[in-house]
This record gives sequence, C-alpha cells and structure tokens, in this order.
Amino acid sequence: MLGKLTIDALPFYSGIAMAGALVVVSGVLGVAALVTWLGRWRYLWSEWLTSLDHKRIGIMYVTLALVMLVRGFIDAMMMRTQQAVALDSDGYLPPGHFDQIFTSHATIMVFFVAIPFLTGLFNVVVPQQIGARRLAFPFMNSVSLWLTAAGAALVMSSLVIGKFSTAGWNAYPPYSEAQFSPDVGVDYWIWAILVSAVGSMLTGINFLVTIVKRRAPGMRLMMMPLFTWATLCTSILMVFAFPALIVAASLLGLDRYLGMHFFTDGDGGNVMNYVSLFWIWGHPDVYILILPAFGIYSEVVATFSGRRLFGYESLIYSTAAITALSLVVWLHHFLTMGSGADVNAFFGQAAPLIAIPTVVTIFDWLFTMYRGRVQFTVPMLFTLGFIVTFVVGGMTGALLAVVPVDIHDTTFLVAHFHNLLIPGALFGYFAGYQYWFPKAFGFRLEEKWGRRAFWAWIVGFCLAFIPLYILGFMGMPQHLNRYYTPGWQPYLIVAECGAFFILCGIIFLAVQLATSIRDRAALAVPTGDPWDARTLEWATASPPATYNFAVVPHVNGIDSWWTMKQAGTAARKPGQFHDILMPDNSGTGVVLGAMSFVFAFAMIWQIWWLAAVGALGIFAALLSQTFRDHAEHRIPASEVEAIESRRILAPALVSGAPT
Amino acid sequence: MAAPPRLSKMPTSPQRRKSTIKGYLVGAVLALVLTAIPFGFVATRTLRPKQIFVAISIAAIIQVVVHLRYFLRLDLKPSSQNKSISLCFAAVVLFILFGGTLWIMFNLNYRK
Ligand code: HEM
Ligand SMILES: [Cu+2]
Repeated sequence: MLGKLTIDALPFYSGIAMAGALVVVSGVLGVAALVTWLGRWRYLWSEWLTSLDHKRIGIMYVTLALVMLVRGFIDAMMMRTQQAVALDSDGYLPPGHFDQIFTSHATIMVFFVAIPFLTGLFNVVVPQQIGARRLAFPFMNSVSLWLTAAGAALVMSSLVIGKFSTAGWNAYPPYSEAQFSPDVGVDYWIWAILVSAVGSMLTGINFLVTIVKRRAPGMRLMMMPLFTWATLCTSILMVFAFPALIVAASLLGLDRYLGMHFFTDGDGGNVMNYVSLFWIWGHPDVYILILPAFGIYSEVVATFSGRRLFGYESLIYSTAAITALSLVVWLHHFLTMGSGADVNAFFGQAAPLIAIPTVVTIFDWLFTMYRGRVQFTVPMLFTLGFIVTFVVGGMTGALLAVVPVDIHDTTFLVAHFHNLLIPGALFGYFAGYQYWFPKAFGFRLEEKWGRRAFWAWIVGFCLAFIPLYILGFMGMPQHLNRYYTPGWQPYLIVAECGAFFILCGIIFLAVQLATSIRDRAALAVPTGDPWDARTLEWATASPPATYNFAVVPHVNGIDSWWTMKQAGTAARKPGQFHDILMPDNSGTGVVLGAMSFVFAFAMIWQIWWLAAVGALGIFAALLSQTFRDHAEHRIPASEVEAIESRRILAPALVSGAPT
Repeated sequence: MAAPPRLSKMPTSPQRRKSTIKGYLVGAVLALVLTAIPFGFVATRTLRPKQIFVAISIAAIIQVVVHLRYFLRLDLKPSSQNKSISLCFAAVVLFILFGGTLWIMFNLNYRK
C-alpha cells in the first residue's frame, strides 16, 4: 500500500535530523497559519500563484531562491562546524549524515538557489529591457516555476521523510547505483533533478524565443542591453545542456529501478558515459550561472559610472565566445579521470581559452569606470568585490588547468569553485537584486544595511575560503568528515569564522529588506528611475503595469532610455492608447507542479497507485490547458489611459550631461 | 508542452486542421515503426552486435528527422532566416557533443 514508506522513514533515529525535520514542518505550518490569519489565501492564489505575469513569476522565483539559500547555507554551516571540531574525533555528525549534507548543500545551491535566482531576474527584467509586454509562452513560464518549486519541495521533504542522497551532487556511479545506495536518497536526488531540469529547459526555450521574436521595433541584436545578451546566451546553453542532465538522471533511474546496465561495471555498462553526459551539462552550467551575473555587472557598471559601456561590442563578442567555448570544453573534467593523451591535450588547451573573453570583459568594465564618475552604491560594491576576488580565482583556475600540480580532489578545488560561484554568480545576483528591486516594487532598498551585508559577505567569503586554498596545498582531501592531522585544524576554525561572517551577511540582507519595507514611503521612487539608468526597462513605471509598455517604444540604438531622456522624449505622454491583450491567469501551472511532486514522491517510495494518480493528474492538467482556447483578456484603451495618467514621468535630462 | 494562449483573432481553418491531423498521424505511425525496428533487432538478434549498433543509430537519426518534420512541422523551405540559423547551430552543437562523446568513449576502450 505505501511501498517502501514505513514509520522508520521519520527521523526518530537522530536528534539532529529530528531538529531539521521540525524546522521544516514548523516553517511550512507557520507560513500557512500566517496566511490564514491574515485571510490572504484568495489574494495569494489569484494574484500570485496563478499569475502569468512575468514580473510576478520573477518575484516568486527570487523568493524561492532566497529561502533555499538559507537552507543551503545552514548545510554549509553544519559542514564547517563538523570540520572545525572533528580532529581525531567523530565530531557531532555521523559520516552518513555528513555525506547527505554535502550532497544536499551542493544540489540546493546549484539547482534551487542559483538557477531560480537568475531565472527570477530574467523574468523581472528581460521583457522590459527589450520593450516586450510579455514572454513568448507565459503559461509555460508558470509551468517552469512550479516544476522548479516541486523539485525544491522534494529536497526539503527528504529532511522529514527518509534521507537524502549521500552520493555527492554529481551522483557518480557506481556508488549511486542500487547496489551501493539501496535506500531512497539517490532517488530523491534523481527526481528533484529531473523535475527541476525540465523546468529549466523550458525556461531556456521561453527566453530564447522571447528575445528572438519579441523585441521592440528597431531593436536589432547589436542594440540589446548586455543583460539581455547574457540571457540570450544563457538560454541557448540551457536548451542544449539540460537535456543531457535529464538523460543522465533518467538512465541512472532506469539502472536503479529496472536493473538496467547503462553505467554499471558489468554487462556492457560504462561509468564514463555518465561522467560524460553529466559534464555536457555541468560545464555549460557553470557558465549558465556566471553569464547572467556578468550581464548584471555590465548594467550596474554602466549605470553607476554614468556613461555608455566601454567596448559594448567586445562585451557582446566575449559573451558569445564564452558561450560557444563552454559547449565544447566539457571534456576537461576528464583530465584526472584518464582518457587518451590526445583527448586530454586538446581539451587542456581549450579550457584556458575561456580566460581571454573573461579578461576582455573585465577590462571593459574597468575602462568604463575609469572614464566615468563612479557612485559606490550597494550593487556597485558587489561588482567591485567580484572583480577583485575573481581575478584571484582566475589565477588559481589557471593553476588547476596545469594538470601536474597535484591539488585535484583537495579542498583547493572546493575553494576554487566557490570562488567562481560566490563572487562570480551569487554576488552578481545580489547586485541585480539590489539594482532592480525598485523596478519591481517601486521603492529602493535601504543603503546602510546593504553596505553592511556586502562587507560581511566579502570578509566572510575570504575568511571561509582562503584557508581552503592553503589546506589544498597541504593536501587535505575534500569531503572529509574527520581527520587526524592537527595542522589542519586552525585553518578550519578560521573557515568556520568566515561562515559566521556570511551568516551575518544573510541576516543583514534580511534586516535590509525589513527596514526598507518599513520605510518604503521614504524610499519610494515616484519617477520610476531612481538610478538615472540607461536601458529600456526603466522606461516603464516602477512597479510596472501588467502590460509594461502602454505604447511600445521604437528603438534606435543602445541605451535607448538614456537617449530618450537626452532627446526629451521620455517625459512625453503618448497621444493615443490602444486596447492591449494580456494572458489570463491560470492555475494549471500550479496543479502541474503539485502533480509532478506527487508523482515524483510516489516514484521515490515506489507507491505505484499514487504514482498513477500523479501521472494522470499531470496528463489531465496538460489536456485541460490545450483546450483553453480563449486564454486572454483585453485591457481597454480607456483603462490603459487611466493607469498611465496616474504615472509621474521622468523629467527630461538637462542637456549637456555626460554621455 | 501546451501551446501559448492563442490569439483569439486567428482561427484555424478546417482544411488546415485536417492536414495537420493527418501529418501528426503519419508522424506517430512512423515514430512507432522506427521505435519497433531497433527493439525487434535487439530482441531477435538477427544481426551481429556491430550491425545492430549501426541499425539503431540510423533508426535514431531518421526518428529525429520524423519528429522535426511531422511534429514540429519544420521544412526546408527557406522561409525564415531564424529557422535555418537555429537548425544549423543545433546541428553543429549536436555534432560536437555526439562526436566528442564517441571520441572519449572509444578512446577509453582503446586504452583498456
Ligand atoms: C554561502 C557560503 C557557502 C559555504 C560556507 C559553503 C561551504 C561548502 C562546504 C564546506 C562544502 C563541502 C566541501 C567538502 O566536501 O570538503 C561545499 C561544497 C559545495 N558547495 Fe558550497 N558553500 C557555500 C556556498 C555555495 C554556493 C553559493 C554554491 C553554488 C552556487 C555552492 C556549491 C557547492 C558545491 C557544488 C559543492 C560540492 C563540492 C563537491 O562535491 O566537491 N556552495 N560548500
Ligand atoms: Cu568545466
């Protein structure tokens, strides 16, 4: 009746696991109680959960990312604490539990923090940057969101019911095969990945088509803002990379459920096949996480230097070059895994090539700042923090590409890719969050706590990861849950202190949000353009009307909003309004996400009748959506005019301002 | 995946609907046949393993073309530049990914 699910799946076996489960359960119940108490269920459902408005979907994505960031960080904190104390002792975590935590930390950070964060920013910003009123496939966008949320919910439920995988975030066979990992942990991993990877692939398709098809008249590709360029390239990578991951996870699932032999040692299977498929996704994925951050840095640098980006075209070519190369050089991850010398020679040389476009990009930003008047706002601080730390990280990456230095599989590697992922991706998203927050909500985030958060993050990052570079040279392997070398412990304690600084950084971000909401009247941005920005997204109201643009602007060059302000056309009210067609809300996306969760959960525990229910639910939801023929409503011109007349338009710039 | 909300102003004409239904049916039948063939070869083992491998590969490639032609309704008419660019790009990337994978996998076997 309940498949493999028994009472033993509940975490009565360990106090720590129990505490985690209680936090999750009480968190969910607490939120539900709060919404009930406020009487806001109907509002939540009709205005948010079922919304097909890309801005709201974007805000929900970012919310998901921030919640999961807390979870992923708690995992990191637990590992840091374990390693700080586990000299000659077991520490406080049994080995199996430690392995679960580093698997879930990495899985969560990559799939449920970074990806939702960047997708959320795409959603809020990109349609407005290209002068579109909506995405190409608004319903599919909602499906992507709810599939991602279903994946996150699966990982969270593994805290309460059963255990998560201990096989590492890349789930390499043979350890992840049924023979070595018979419990449901790896199945949780597989299904969380499958469900959310489908969502990400659809996101890629959606933004690719939107950017290709829905740009404002006159906006040629070489006029698009850099964040849009980054989104375009990221979408292409998503479209090509995620299917490989879906295939890898599915084949692993077939191995586990049906006893097939894709990756087993015997019967013609081959582990390297998994490794290859995984990195066909994994390598581009690093750039899927980094390119959007680069796009954000470009926007931030241009705006807060008050001038046109230096080397706009070279920035675009660098982005495109990074995209193309990242699809090709995935094989460098085999360097240590043994393949023939000529294969290694080729890819060993291709990998450092990526450094060239990256260096070009950084120099373009530096020149832009050098020629401009830099304002040290919070987004700018995150950008500068990134540039400094990334240069260091880049040099260590070069070390890593030189194979003979024997630092592979040491904490050096951990430090190296956290350097890529925290300043290289997360700081960028933070910068974007601070920069576009007024766009989405109509008031700025307060600066004081923002600056404090930045300093806590950057100091914490250095303290937490520089010791790991050193430990790597001292030969400390990654994934250790206990060790016997007293010389390592001081460094691990410093790293623990770094984690405490990062904790402060997270708390300060929360305080910043709370105080900004409290003081929102004082922080309001009535003109909608608080930073005197350059690109088209600032031409709409802040927060924007559902249709973004009452009249779709005509674009003649880059930085079109700046040009409009210069020409004095920004403040001009359009003479005539037209009806606007917008997509209706739809609950189908939510149902689809929920049913995918049910299906995946049932498959994990092998509750076949429930799996059938879930599968039928998914099918029914899709079917009902295909029969909805009139899924749009018309906003009459008079209503558009009424909304627009309430808006205060940005004043024209004083002529003679720097360009 | 479900279609985006349609513009209500564009009704599909009956002839067009009929021709697309026929297209989908032809596609479905072809896809089924192309799936049955490899399974048949593997189940009956009429050919030697290397030959089966080749047969499966060919069936897979035709399968891709069938999907593009009948389900995504792509044709080779030079109607849109976007379409041909994206097809070429996809072909190049897939070539690199598949070629690269085969290259590593055979390179591995070679060393064993
Ligand atoms: C916020 C501060 C963070 C801290 C303190 C932290 C700490 C850690 C620690 C202690 C490990 C285990 C290392 C080991 O096995 O020895 C780890 C692994 C990992 N982290 Fe983080 N992390 C943080 C943020 C992130 C972020 C933002 C990402 C990605 C976007 C990330 C991705 C990963 C990955 C992929 C692994 C797996 C390493 C492996 O399998 O070797 N981490 N992290
Ligand atoms: Cu790589």
